[in-house]
Amino acid sequence: MTDDDRVFKALADPTRRFLLDRLFERDGRTLSELESGLDMTRFGVMKHLRVLEEAGIVVTRRSGREKLHFLNPVPIRLIHDRWIDKYRERQVSALADLKTELEEEMA
Amino acid sequence: MTTGTETAVTTQVYRVYIKATPEAIWDAITQPEWTERYGYGGRVEYDLRPGGAYRAFATDDMKRARAEMGGGPVPDVIVDGEVVESDPPRKLVQTWRMLMDPQTEAEGFTRLTYEIAETGPGVSKLTVTHDLEGAPRLALFVGGGMESDGAGGGWSEVFSDLKTLLETGRGMRE
Repeated sequence: MTDDDRVFKALADPTRRFLLDRLFERDGRTLSELESGLDMTRFGVMKHLRVLEEAGIVVTRRSGREKLHFLNPVPIRLIHDRWIDKYRERQVSALADLKTELEEEMA
Repeated sequence: MTTGTETAVTTQVYRVYIKATPEAIWDAITQPEWTERYGYGGRVEYDLRPGGAYRAFATDDMKRARAEMGGGPVPDVIVDGEVVESDPPRKLVQTWRMLMDPQTEAEGFTRLTYEIAETGPGVSKLTVTHDLEGAPRLALFVGGGMESDGAGGGWSEVFSDLKTLLETGRGMRE
């Protein structure tokens, strides 16, 4: 699996997207905090967090006795730069071509 | 990024794996010939000793963009700070204050830590921790929350571009 595959796989699950949304609201949460919004066992939440960590979208840091979870936006940014920008560019250039063609017809 | 009393709330963590040696990543962070090629493109100046000065300079593009938007002048030094710990090519700790905006300037110095670890032959893990306690405006800026205002994508854009540059030999704007 490539890095991108891992990110897409991690994002392809509503529970994991929910966890990311909670971290987006407020970063640096403990497992107990993340668990509280979900109707799921602690083990289940840990499994989802592990998938997110393996994809690099969640990074954990120790702070005293606690393990805190942080949202790491870089892998998603890389996908944005690699895929989204590319297709947007093509749309923009298609529109630019259309404009040139129309203008030429009118001239 | 809402307000709260926990220190964790004000910390941002970025991690990226790069096909490059720790030395190459260290150089790309600390040398102006590299920093002008990715991210916001400003040249940096580092005195890599505890207490040594750090400065990042405005680019002509930044000055032009600000003038076009009708904003005030961009200062020559846009970020300043001090080196706290320098352990090449593994760890760099520094203070960091943005001077491009009066609000971020007033928020004062924040703490930035770069950690570089080799995870395989020619592959390294760069982890950047930005402690943004008491700097909500800067947190929004470096978190990419002001991208639609023309302030760029913050650290995630910078490190994504750094990876692109080191792996392909060309930054995203090159």
